[in-house]
Amino acid sequence: MKKVLMKGNIALCEGAIAAGCMAYFGYPITPQNEVPAHMSKRMVELGRVFLQSESELAAINMVLGSAVTGTRAMTSSSSPGISLKQEGISYLAGCELPCVIANIQRGGPGLGNIAGSQGDYFQSTKGGGHGDYRMIVLAPYSVQEMYNFAYASFDLAEKYRNPVLILSDGIIGQMMEPVEIAEVKEKKTSYPKDWTLQGCKGREPRFIRSLLMDEGALEKHNLKLKKKFDEITKNEVRYETYEVEDAEIIIVAFGISARVAKTAMKKARKEGIKAGLIRPVTLWPFPSEIVAKYAKTCKNFLVVEMNLGQMVEDVQLAVCGKSDVEFLGRPGGSAVNEKEVFDKIKTIKGV
Amino acid sequence: MNKILTKPEALKDNPHLYCPGCGHGIIHRLVAEVIDELGVREKTIAVAPVGCAVFAYDYFNFDVTEAPHGRPPAVATGIKRVLPDRIVFSYQGDGDLAAIGTAETIHAANRGENITIIFVNNATYGMTGGQMAPTTLIGQKTATTPFGRDPKRDGYPMKVCELLSSLEGVSYLERVAVYNPANIIKAKKAIKKAFQKQIDGKGFSLVEVLSQCPVDWGMTPKDSIKWVEETFVKTFPLGVFKDK
Repeated sequence: MKKVLMKGNIALCEGAIAAGCMAYFGYPITPQNEVPAHMSKRMVELGRVFLQSESELAAINMVLGSAVTGTRAMTSSSSPGISLKQEGISYLAGCELPCVIANIQRGGPGLGNIAGSQGDYFQSTKGGGHGDYRMIVLAPYSVQEMYNFAYASFDLAEKYRNPVLILSDGIIGQMMEPVEIAEVKEKKTSYPKDWTLQGCKGREPRFIRSLLMDEGALEKHNLKLKKKFDEITKNEVRYETYEVEDAEIIIVAFGISARVAKTAMKKARKEGIKAGLIRPVTLWPFPSEIVAKYAKTCKNFLVVEMNLGQMVEDVQLAVCGKSDVEFLGRPGGSAVNEKEVFDKIKTIKGV
Repeated sequence: MNKILTKPEALKDNPHLYCPGCGHGIIHRLVAEVIDELGVREKTIAVAPVGCAVFAYDYFNFDVTEAPHGRPPAVATGIKRVLPDRIVFSYQGDGDLAAIGTAETIHAANRGENITIIFVNNATYGMTGGQMAPTTLIGQKTATTPFGRDPKRDGYPMKVCELLSSLEGVSYLERVAVYNPANIIKAKKAIKKAFQKQIDGKGFSLVEVLSQCPVDWGMTPKDSIKWVEETFVKTFPLGVFKDK
């Protein structure tokens, strides 16, 4: 097992490359510029496809083009750029095409700033583009997970023929940590390719579309997608828990906020407050069951995010009135710090 | 009995649902004949637009994918880059290519992307009911230029072949029309040449086809043919704009 000091954005690239990503299309935007820059070298060295597109719209549609052929393709961007990609993402979901999209979030709305943020939670988990669709959303909280999730995301995308979003942020993208690189062989997918377009040699022509005009045809398609989304919800929920068994206050936080919350939680434990942490790894499907489970035994929940309170709505739904849910967050590219979280824990517990 | 004319293999049996007098049926057939003649049907992947030709997959007998409005050149780029030995073309109208997809068109051309674009210019948005297109003529009445296109308010007709001709990556540009048999034959030659450029790896090729849209122009099919011949071609002269 090789251990390498790596920047988050580079780890993302290397994870994707190890997973057999054969085509990358992207457009510069801070704080994810290391991704296209690194891919421009590595993909070309490996004889794979790299192309700097003229816009985010073009990039996501180049991904769509590669995806229809069954090629593992990805793009990356940051918040305003992801907004532009939403058109293509809706089409990819409608056409049931696998692909990987990484969002290294920055402050918003609008042009915002280039500091790390978690302001795109709603956009990522509740749709973003038009129509009834869902995306698998993975939220890394370390550089190691940037690598691991990028690696895993291509399999997930192909398994369900659906776009997968890696929702990271500028802090994780820019931080450096040691990463363990597993000695993995390049992946060869075992998922069926009986839907891809590669030219109709030896078979009937195929077409890929999301336009379904016959009466009831789109409804039928939407219900088929719903079945798939239910299947994903059943199979793919991922989370981590830390000291929740006896907790009297449970923090729920994802990504970089979970790192901060974990430290505050440990400090609270040292001071005699039984604090725990639930860290959703998939933001969609959301780990509602584990939150609901502990809502029966734990009176206080605290949701910590770098936004004005977006995931808190999913936590409230899961808690379903069985516990109190408080929120601590900072928007606009500001990060919550350990002291703020610790003070909030103390306030809630009245100590 | 000798058959002298048959349906191209590259066309499905499905009846075209285009309006009477529309040029799309002719252009579909020309593309299909060319693909048959070049023997590339089994390695062709087409990109259908948003607009009248959105149902291309119902008519063409080879692999076809959909693209969002204006994005076919980007989708075609994504396909061609991963499968460079396949024949990849997009089929787009004037709204798709010259309005919402201007950036994708210009940049695919400028990259010298080794794809072919069949660009159907009928000076209007057909599918949505005859609104102004980038290619609508000055003075032409449409659903959104009820007093005629006024350049002061609406700008000028966009000449795509002239615009693209300055780009290094472009290998072939020709504007043709399909209003009479002589021009249909010329159009087929141009389409064939455009595909040949791609087969030879010469880079970006585009054939602009002036086409009739009698319903949205509010004309009979016969009058629409006359309008292309006498009026349309004055703003959009036919000919080769680039061949390298």
